[in-house]
This record gives sequence, structure tokens and C-alpha cells, in this order.
Amino acid sequence: MEISHELFVGFSKSFGLFYLIALSVGITLYAFWPSLAGRFDKAAKSILDDEDGPCR
Amino acid sequence: MISSLTQAERGAAMLITLSGMVAGLAMAAAGRGDPMGAHGWIVLAFFALFFGLLVRAAYETEAPEDRSLAYYDDPTKVGILIALAWAVIAMGMGLWVAAQLAWPDLRFDAAWSGFGRLRPVHTSGVIFGFGGNALIATSFHIMQRTSRARMPGQVAPWFVLFGFNLFCLIAASGYLMGVTQSKEYAEPEWYADIWLVVVWVVYFVLYIRTLARRREPHIYVANWYYLAFILVVAVLHIVNNLAVPASWTGAKSYSAFSGVQDAMTQWWYGHNAVAFFLTSGFLGMLYYFLPKRAGRPIYSYRLSILSFWGITFFYIWAGSHHLHYTALPHWVQTLGMTFSVMLLVPSWASAGNALMTLNGAWRKVRDDATLRFMMVAAVFYGLSTFEGSFMAIRPVNGLSHYTDWTIGHVHAGAMGWVALITFGAIYALVPGLWRRETIYSWKAVEWHFWLALAGTVIYVFAMWNSGIIQGLMWRTYGESGTLLYSFTDSLVAMHPYYVARAFGGLLFVTGAIIGAWNVVMTIRHVPRQIPAQDRPTTPKTMEPALPAAE
Repeated sequence: MEISHELFVGFSKSFGLFYLIALSVGITLYAFWPSLAGRFDKAAKSILDDEDGPCR
Repeated sequence: MISSLTQAERGAAMLITLSGMVAGLAMAAAGRGDPMGAHGWIVLAFFALFFGLLVRAAYETEAPEDRSLAYYDDPTKVGILIALAWAVIAMGMGLWVAAQLAWPDLRFDAAWSGFGRLRPVHTSGVIFGFGGNALIATSFHIMQRTSRARMPGQVAPWFVLFGFNLFCLIAASGYLMGVTQSKEYAEPEWYADIWLVVVWVVYFVLYIRTLARRREPHIYVANWYYLAFILVVAVLHIVNNLAVPASWTGAKSYSAFSGVQDAMTQWWYGHNAVAFFLTSGFLGMLYYFLPKRAGRPIYSYRLSILSFWGITFFYIWAGSHHLHYTALPHWVQTLGMTFSVMLLVPSWASAGNALMTLNGAWRKVRDDATLRFMMVAAVFYGLSTFEGSFMAIRPVNGLSHYTDWTIGHVHAGAMGWVALITFGAIYALVPGLWRRETIYSWKAVEWHFWLALAGTVIYVFAMWNSGIIQGLMWRTYGESGTLLYSFTDSLVAMHPYYVARAFGGLLFVTGAIIGAWNVVMTIRHVPRQIPAQDRPTTPKTMEPALPAAE
């Protein structure tokens, strides 16, 4: 197989498209997964008291 | 500083400084008659200084400190002071080169003081010296607090901090001697680049080891941004600096890339240096210090995750917008343009998230200049990312490229966003870190804020005017189809804007000097106050806080 400009263009226009879409879907699912709400909420609040002593 | 190191740590530090001295001596001997030789002496002197300090302290007894009871903040403190020193020096250099453009006689006819040599001292000094040290210092603070764990060991953080500053020194002194790879933001030559890789790997390992000791189940999002900064900058730095030295005894090297590949690699690096050095790390700063200072959790934690991955995956593709209308394939230019426009979404998500966090705390923004620094930084972040997406569109770029508009855009980001969030973070950190009651002078913080804001606005407006006039003059044709204005005509038209730009820079650097003075006065004159708590949780992790020998 010849490594040519066209090969790279074809690769980036096919695989590049799909892996980026897959990543966006995966990340959106992670960010909005309902059962993670508590963990994210806790993380957001955790920095407010981190210099006032141990959290737990 | 040294008294809190154990004997084993002192031994390791001595070994490192000794090796550094040997390397410096070898460079000085091998590079005789070349700028590399001069760099060898700088390296030797640098390591000899620390070796001397270690020897002087060698017979001092160890000051046993229970490392499980406190965070390791000494490197953060030193890092903040170094960052402030670089700010004053590098912004002062910026003022000088800006003044040279308005009044060329200010070069004083020396080789080292020409615009081409001083400008990289300004850019590297601000980006790496000021920005880099501030990022390293705040990352040490944030990774320990959000993990509620102390850093492992006490040698690695110093190695990272001082090693990075050795790189900055080699870079800046090299520019003055005429050493450069002629790659924007990657000017230092091969030996400096290799050294930075060593430092950066230690930095990454230190960060990961601290996170591994964490007592929090979830890694707070600010750490993600800092890690992206460390990891991606390493990749960018290594690839863009692939080069073959012309000889092992001289500074000159030749890039592994040539022609349009070189241009593409450089701007893939250059734009992502903006993305991951000047944005990602500082967003980490924003996501930690702004909610903390406002006393409110971030508006939407989920949005911060989305914008993190958006920024990480979109930015990597945007670099080719620096090469519109060049030999670069058209579709690659279009790809860069498209991703640049898409970048607006995660960028504004971050800026909006920061501003929505302040909803309900606007009274604090009014009263507290520290929080105001951060708020205005978020606004400038939103403005300059919008401007960046806009300028990446090919026809817009046809007008803006090669003009002062680009300079204005970069400074809206660097002054309005990067510097303001950093100053905000420094004012938020200093009293707590040094265990002081308060900042020495809140009035001086106000002065700094308004000088910085006025300086930025004057600077950016001057460059917008200048850039658009330049762009229009360069594309105005007469009836016979020839250009109406010569380049010199456009240069003459720039003069008033260059004067205004230098004035804006003067205001900004004055603010920075006031800030540095205020921090020093806080450390020296404000009474001590020990906080009731600010310590890690009891460690029962895999890695002991004390070295195994204890």
C-alpha cells in the first residue's frame, strides 16, 4: 500500500469524522448521566471548604 | 526552605545540582566561541548557586516537620514571587519594544537591543516566565487542596520550578545573543528544548503522584485542565522541536520539517500553545479560584466537563487557520477554520459558566477587586475567543492577517484574560499562603485593577484601529489597478496608534509593579494569622507522606 496524500486525506475524512462524533456522544452521556449528579454536585462544593480542613 | 528537607532529600538535591554543574561545564568547554559556551557558564552558575546553598545548609540539623499535617507550600510561594518578577521584567520589555516601534531611536544602536531580539524576550518572558511560573505555582496549590493530600517528596517540586526557570533564563539570554530557531513561541535551541522535556516529565509525574494520593473520590475539574496543559504542551513541544543540531558543540540546529510541513507543524504547535498553555491551565485557575472567591460552587459542573472535552478536541485542529491563503492545501485551511468557529461553543460555555457562577455574588464583585480581576478576565476570555473564531474565517483573515489586529487580539487574550486571572489568583492566594491577616493595601489592588483594565482597553483599541487601517490600506487599488498606498504610507499612518499602544502598555506594567510591591509588603509587614485548618486529611494511602527512610 502506498502512503500517499490521498490516503491520509481519506483516512482523516472518514475515521476522523466518526471518532470525533463518537467522542462527543460519549462525553455528553458521561456529563449528563443521571446517577452522577451527586458526585458532580459534591465535587463542585468540595473546593469551597477545602482550606477549612478535611472533608470527611 | 532547605531546613525542612531530610538528609536523603538534601543528598538527592546535591547530586542533581552537581550533575547540572558538570553538564554546564561540559557545555561551556565544548561550546567555546559559540553562544552555547555562554549558556554553559549560565547553567554552571545556576546550579552552583543552589549547590552552594545546599552545602551551607549541610550541617544544619533537620527541622522535623510532621508532613502529614501540612501542605507543601514553599514551592508555591517562591513560584508566585518569581512569576511577579518575570511579569515586571517581561512587561517592561514589552513596553520598550512598543516604544521602539513608535520612536525607533530607542534601540540605541546595539545588536542585542534590536526589535527582533527583544520581542521574543517579551513574549517568552510573559508567556513562560510570568504565565508558566504562575501556572506551576497555582497547580501545586490546587492539586494539593483538591486532593486534600500533600505532594509526595520535596525535591521534585523544586526541580520543576527551578528547572523551568533555568529554561526561561537560557531562552531569554539566548535571544539577546541572537540564538533562535525562528519558530514563534518555540525559539530556544535544541539543548534548551531537551532540558524542558526532562523538567516537564518530572512535572507530569509529580502531578499524577499527588492525584494518586488524593482523599477525594472525584478529581475536581480544575485538575483536568492543568493536566491537559501539562500533557499536551509536552506533545506539542517535542514534535515541533524535532531538529538535528548542526554540531554537538554549537547552538544552531535544523528543523526536521521543511516547507509547508514546517509551517503547518509550527502553527499546530503555535495555536495549541495558546490553547493549552495560555487557555487550558488558566481555565483550571478560573475553575478553582473564581468559585472559591465568590463563595459559590461553579454554576454547572456538567457544563465544565463538556467544555473541557470540547476545548481539548477542537483546539488541536484549529492551527491551520494561521496559514490561510498559503501553499497549505485548501481543505486543511477550511478544516482549521471550521474547528475555530466551533471552538466558540466550549469557550463561551466556560466564560458563561464563570459569569453565571457570579449571579448572586455581584455585590462581592463590586466590593472585592480580587474577584473583579477574575470576573473581567472571564469577560475578556469570552471576547477574545469570539474575536479569534471570527478572525479564523478565511475572508476576515484576508483583512486581518499580517496586521496589528492580530497583535490586538493576542493582547486582549494575554492581558485581559491570562494576566487578569493570574493577578486575581495571586491576590486570592497570597494572604493565606503566607499566613497573613490580609493584603497590605486593598487600595493598591484597586489601583492595579483599574490600571490593568485601562491599559488593556487602550492597547486593544489602538491595535484594532491600527490593524484595520493597515489591512484596508494594503488592499486599496487605484483606477489603474495598482496599489494606492506604499508600505511606508501605512507605516506613517500607524504612528499615533503605536504611541497609544505604548501608553496602554505603560499603564499595564505600572499596575504589575504596584501588584508586586503590594505582595512584598504583605509578606513583610502584615501581622501573622494562622488559619484554624488548612491541612491534608489523615493519610492512609499507598504512598507515605514521609520518605521511607524516616
